[in-house]
Amino acid sequence: MRWTSVDDLIRQWRERVREAAASGRALCLRGGGTKRFLGRPEQGELLDTRDCSGIVNYEPSELVVTVRAGTPLAELEAELATRGQMLAFEPPHFGPGATVGGCVAAGLAGPRRAAVGGVRDFILGARLIDGRGELLRFGGEVMKNVAGYDVSRVLAGSLGTLGLIVDLSLKVLPRPVAEASLRFEMDEAAALHRLNVWGGQPLPISASAWQDGILELRLSGAAAAVDAAMARLGGERVPDAVAEARWHGLREQTAAFFTAAGLPGPLWRLSLPSDALAIELGGAQLVEWGGAQRWLRSDLPPGEIRGRVGALGGHASLFRNGVRDGEVFHPLTAPMQALQRNLKNAFDPAGVFNPGRLYEGF
Amino acid sequence: MGEQSGLPGFGRAEGDFSRVDVHRLVQALQGVLPAASVLHDPEDLRPYECDGMAALRQMPLVVVLPETEAQVVAILKICAGQGVPVVARGAGTGLSGGAQPHRFGVVLSLARLRRIIAIDAHARRAVVQPGVRNLAISEAAAPHGLYYAPDPSSQIACTIGGNVAENSGGVHCLKYGLTIHNLLKVRGVTINGDIVEFGSLGLDAPGYDLLPLVTGSEGMLAVVTEVTVKLTPKPQLAQCVLAAFDDVVKAGDAVARIIAAGIIPAGLEMMDQPATAAVEEFVHAGYPLDAKAILLCESDGTPEEVSEEIGRVRALLEEAGATEVRVSRDEAERLRFWAGRKAAFPAAGRISPDYYCMDGTIPRKRLGEMLQAIQAMEKKYAMRCINVFHAGDGNLHPLILFDANKPGDQHTAEAFGAEILELSVALGGTITGEHGVGIEKINQMCSQFATSEIAAFHRIKAAFDPAGLLNPGKAIPTLNRCAEYGRERMGASRPAAHPDLPRF
Repeated sequence: MRWTSVDDLIRQWRERVREAAASGRALCLRGGGTKRFLGRPEQGELLDTRDCSGIVNYEPSELVVTVRAGTPLAELEAELATRGQMLAFEPPHFGPGATVGGCVAAGLAGPRRAAVGGVRDFILGARLIDGRGELLRFGGEVMKNVAGYDVSRVLAGSLGTLGLIVDLSLKVLPRPVAEASLRFEMDEAAALHRLNVWGGQPLPISASAWQDGILELRLSGAAAAVDAAMARLGGERVPDAVAEARWHGLREQTAAFFTAAGLPGPLWRLSLPSDALAIELGGAQLVEWGGAQRWLRSDLPPGEIRGRVGALGGHASLFRNGVRDGEVFHPLTAPMQALQRNLKNAFDPAGVFNPGRLYEGF
Repeated sequence: MGEQSGLPGFGRAEGDFSRVDVHRLVQALQGVLPAASVLHDPEDLRPYECDGMAALRQMPLVVVLPETEAQVVAILKICAGQGVPVVARGAGTGLSGGAQPHRFGVVLSLARLRRIIAIDAHARRAVVQPGVRNLAISEAAAPHGLYYAPDPSSQIACTIGGNVAENSGGVHCLKYGLTIHNLLKVRGVTINGDIVEFGSLGLDAPGYDLLPLVTGSEGMLAVVTEVTVKLTPKPQLAQCVLAAFDDVVKAGDAVARIIAAGIIPAGLEMMDQPATAAVEEFVHAGYPLDAKAILLCESDGTPEEVSEEIGRVRALLEEAGATEVRVSRDEAERLRFWAGRKAAFPAAGRISPDYYCMDGTIPRKRLGEMLQAIQAMEKKYAMRCINVFHAGDGNLHPLILFDANKPGDQHTAEAFGAEILELSVALGGTITGEHGVGIEKINQMCSQFATSEIAAFHRIKAAFDPAGLLNPGKAIPTLNRCAEYGRERMGASRPAAHPDLPRF
């Protein structure tokens, strides 16, 4: 079925959601399909969001862009780059077809996360179709807006289970004038300590990574600030082209740590307080976000990994591979699980959207 | 299937709590709290009858002053069991009536939960109880070279729990974010007494991210008992540029140029001529009085960074046609530049017996239109309005000057304010940028959101609080109220159709 305008498409989508809800069928919302590996397995009949594509409104001087959810992420980023701006949270694409809607639904951010914020911090507004087929708008195109519950930010990381996103308004930021990367030789404990100490100082650190005895830092900002920080931090300057490839490899998980066949087990993502000490969990680790995100390749049983990480105030998700039809995300406390289930029911009472993708039952 | 299926009853009409038995309630509360923590004598209740929106007053049945989270849990269980409304309250500085008591309800004051539990300088976070004042966090963090970034103008008095409830802003939001951007974790209690943690000590939490839902929820979803905030390293240096313009639109254009040039200033504020005159008379900041608008643009960071940025800002301001540009030469001068802006509200209070502060946010490019419309409204309502503006993020604070002792003035000011809010929505903005909806802007919610969206908000509310006991009647209007408001607006040409109806 072809459509002639976005309004027609929205009408068709609403009808399709209503029919699915009435007949108890599930819909599998998918954009470019680059992050299908995330979460629990997909279910339901495919609804391709890429039909709803295009930049609706871009105001560089207002630092905001409104874009349809099916727009390729690469297309949006290219447009922002022409005006010297960017999605500051550096979302991973994980493939050429990644869409903006998928980027928000997956809620993943790249190396700059600890410095600038995550996906939800840059969402200003959204329109979505809920499980009753209603088209709803939350938030808007302005930076400050406290009218009504801030639903649009909750979409970040919801894996398409709350609604079918139609379009999004995102805050954008200027690209930094200058960037430089440094490397230091130090063990994990020393790196975690230094990262937290530096984090408490006014330094323009925009990314960090530690692996195998090497700590790498990226500095971003005004040229004067980057120069001053380099002089203060010492370390060895990494050539720009090498550094750019390195940060890209971390953002897109094309770096050897993620692809090497020799490492054991599935890929785990550990979200921890940045000051949590190094934890031995077998296998190999790569530390990002100043210590707050740690990637683990390990064969240890999930229960053991979750128990150790949970005890430190963090949570562990089975990011890639491994057994995916059990729970892949960290278990919730009973009251939190009840709230999350109620919220799902508030938006999607018939369980139309991506059922079971986040947790069993929603 | 109707569009509002699954809508809780309180989404259609206000709940009826008139059968609350105050003696039974007090008795139960005294069973879990020391006698001195349960106030029910009218004389003791009086200080709680309003918050920062003093125009509307309402006595509650009871005020409780818990000192521990366990007491909060016990209070909520009693209220849930007896079907009693609960209004959480911090310092009561809110401007939208969010903490206004419920006639048949309990005010749950968190003022005695005021301990700073931990300042962890290494991890750059502070764990505090909800009754801790915003500024007290920065003061406690200062010896470590850290501070809590969001700085609402009431920061001397307002509490962090209230900041979470309102998602408060301040003059540095554009660069440092709102409350939501500076929180790690909020611990709270639901109406049925469950303790829940939103967010985590890491940068995210499993499942749906409910932290942004609870932040800014105006006490409707849970009662906050502990907040873990991010601390930010204090910049080495801050410097401020003051620029004068002979035209408001030129000043707006200067703001757009600065942002388009890739600069995110630490603060970017605008005042119109009447506001400048009002504050200059009050604080003698040395503002140019002949300017139609003045801009304050602050730069912070390392000395190298600041000097580079100030140079670029100065050039951009001159290109945009500034008639005068001054750069603060020292900290004293920087503070003097800011003194005027920060004194805008008291200055309004000095030149007028009363003022009514609005809080709409609009896309910045619509500023000229908005200010022209406000000028026309000044004539229409025969009432003065001075404008201060968080120019960086489009948040406008028109201060409508009136005299509550003059018959009809209060009502006229409210109508003036309502028209500004309606226009904010029409220009693609919002009715509230940082002060919250509370009870003040509850009608204008019906303009900003469609019925289906209001219904969705009520379903979210019911997901947390199915009986609608937390802060009933605030933030989200009932569908009946919106229907009534819609009918009123249709007949808006007739003045005051129901003068006895409370409007705000």
